Amino acid sequence: MMKIKKIDKNTVTKISKLAYLPVSKNETVKFQKQLTDILNYVKILNELDTGEIKPTSQVTGLINVTRKDKPRKSLSQEEALSGTASKHNGYFKIKSIF
Amino acid sequence: MKLSELTIAQALAGLKERKFSCLELTYACLQKIRDVDNKINAFITVCEDNAIKQAEKADKLLKEDKNIFSLKPLLGIPYSAKDVFCTKGVKITASSKILKNYVPQYDATSIKKLNQAGAILLGKTNNDAFGFGSSTENSDFQITKNPWNLKKVPGGSSGGSAAAVICGMGLFSIAEDTGGSIRQPACFCSVSGIKVSYGRVSRYGVIAYGSSLDTIGTIGKEIKDLAYTLKIIAGKDKYDATTLPIKVPDYLNKLNRLVKDIKIGVPKEYFGKGIDKEVKLAIKKAINKLENYGIGVEEISLPHTKYAIPAYYLAGISEVSANLARYDGIRYGETRDNFGPEVKRRIMLGTYALSSGYYDAYYKKAMQVRTLIKQDFDKAFNKIDVILAPVSPFPAFDIGEKADNPLAMWLADIYTVTINPAGVPALAIPCGFTKNNLPIGMQLIGPQFTEDLLFRLGFVYQQLTNWHKKKPEIN
Repeated sequence: MMKIKKIDKNTVTKISKLAYLPVSKNETVKFQKQLTDILNYVKILNELDTGEIKPTSQVTGLINVTRKDKPRKSLSQEEALSGTASKHNGYFKIKSIF
Repeated sequence: MKLSELTIAQALAGLKERKFSCLELTYACLQKIRDVDNKINAFITVCEDNAIKQAEKADKLLKEDKNIFSLKPLLGIPYSAKDVFCTKGVKITASSKILKNYVPQYDATSIKKLNQAGAILLGKTNNDAFGFGSSTENSDFQITKNPWNLKKVPGGSSGGSAAAVICGMGLFSIAEDTGGSIRQPACFCSVSGIKVSYGRVSRYGVIAYGSSLDTIGTIGKEIKDLAYTLKIIAGKDKYDATTLPIKVPDYLNKLNRLVKDIKIGVPKEYFGKGIDKEVKLAIKKAINKLENYGIGVEEISLPHTKYAIPAYYLAGISEVSANLARYDGIRYGETRDNFGPEVKRRIMLGTYALSSGYYDAYYKKAMQVRTLIKQDFDKAFNKIDVILAPVSPFPAFDIGEKADNPLAMWLADIYTVTINPAGVPALAIPCGFTKNNLPIGMQLIGPQFTEDLLFRLGFVYQQLTNWHKKKPEIN
C-alpha cells in the first residue's frame, strides 16, 4: 500500500481555518505527524474493493421522518441566551462576518 | 449490607417494606461519594441539595400512596449521569473546558423519563471529553481511577459512570456508547452495561459525538438493574427522529424465560493476535459454563473485523467535525481554543476527511466498509442467535500508558467499535478476574432490538456465576 506523503504545514493551517480552530505552532508540528500516521493507518481500507457497494449512513431504515409544521413550546429568549457571555438587547452579539 | 451496595431490586424491596427510607438510601450514596470519591474522581458535579430534596419528596409520595411504584417504578433510586446529558439547572461540561460553565436549560429526554419515574440524580460523572477516548484520561478536569487498582484507568469514555456504580456512588448510571464507551469501562470496573440498538433510546439532550453511531444505555451492578432502567428510557421520542416506534418489551418480566434453544456464535477473529492470555481463558470458561447449561455454541466468522477500527474512526471523526462546529464560541460561553488535544485532533482529522477532494476516499469509503461490516453481522445472525466475545483484548491498563499515543488508544477499542456501525445491541458483563485482581468482561451481541434476549442470556450467566457480586476494596 502506498504511504501517503507527510501532511505539510500549509495543509494543517488550511484545515485549522476550515475548522475555525486555533492551532499553535507546537500543535501544528504535532498534528503533521499524528495526522499523517493516522491517515496512513486508515489506508488499510483500500485493501477492500468497494466499487459497487452502497454506503450505509444509518441503520434504522427510517426515511424522511417529518412532523407537522406547527409552532410548539420552546425556550424563552432569556433561556436561549443564558449560556452566552456576549449579548446585547436580547440578542447574541457576534463579530461582523462581512 | 450497606444501603449503597444494594441493587435496584433489593432497594425497591426494602423501600416497599419500609426497611429504610428514600432519604436514607440517598444519604448512603452521598456518604459513599464523600468517603471514596476523593480517591476515585468519578464525579465532576454532585448535586447534593437537589438529591436530598427529591428524596424527601419521594418519601412523602411513598407515605401517601403504597402503590406509587406502579406509577413511579424507580421511586427513590439514586443514580448518576455521564456528564454529557443535559440536566436542567445542573452544569453539563462533557468534561471539556469549552463547557466549563454551561448550565443547560432543559433535561435530556432520558433524564426526564428517569426523573419522572422517581429516580434521584446524585451528580454528573467524568468522561473523556466529548466521549473521545478509552481511559477517561482525556477529561480536561480530572483523571478517574480504577477502583480495583488506583494506578489503572477505569476505561472510557464513561469511566466515571462505571467507577461510580461499582463503588456504590449511586445504584446505576446513565451513559452513552458510540464505540464502546459503556461496555469497555463496564468491563474494566466489573459492572454490567448495555449498549442498545441504534434508535432504541432517544438521544435528545445528549451531547452528540458521531450521530450515526451514538446510543444511550445504562450501567448497573447486575442485569436486573439494566432491565429496570432500560424499560424507562427506551421508546420513541418526538424530539429524536431516529427513534423507532417499536414496542418496548417488559425486560424484567421476560428475564426468567427459557433460553436453552438459543445458539451462540463465537467469532474467531476476536481471539487472534493481541488478546491477553488470561482474558482468552476467562472467555473460554464463560463459553463452557453456558455450554454445560445446555446452550449450543459454534465458531463463526466476522471477516471484516480488522477494518472496523479505521472505518469506525473515519465515520466518527467526520461526524465529530460537523457536530462540534456548534461550539462556535458564542452560544456556550467559551471559545474554541478551550478544546483539549484529543478533541482538536479529531476535529482536524474529520475536517480533513470531509474536505473537498477527500470525501470519497475517506468518509464514503468508511460508509461502504460499514455496509460490509453490517453484512457480516446479518450473515452471522442467520445461523446463530447471539454472538459472544471479549469486551477488551486486555484488562485495565496503567494510567499514562497510552496517553501519548492516540493510535494505540484507538486500538484498545478493537472488539467494541465493530458493533456500533452495525447498529446492533451488545451487553457487557463481568466474567472473571486476572491473577492481579483486574476485572475481565464479555459481551453478548444480538440482532437489532433483541436487548431482551441478551438480558435473558446474561441473566442465566449471572445466576450461574458470582463475578458480578465481587466488590473492590478501596485503599
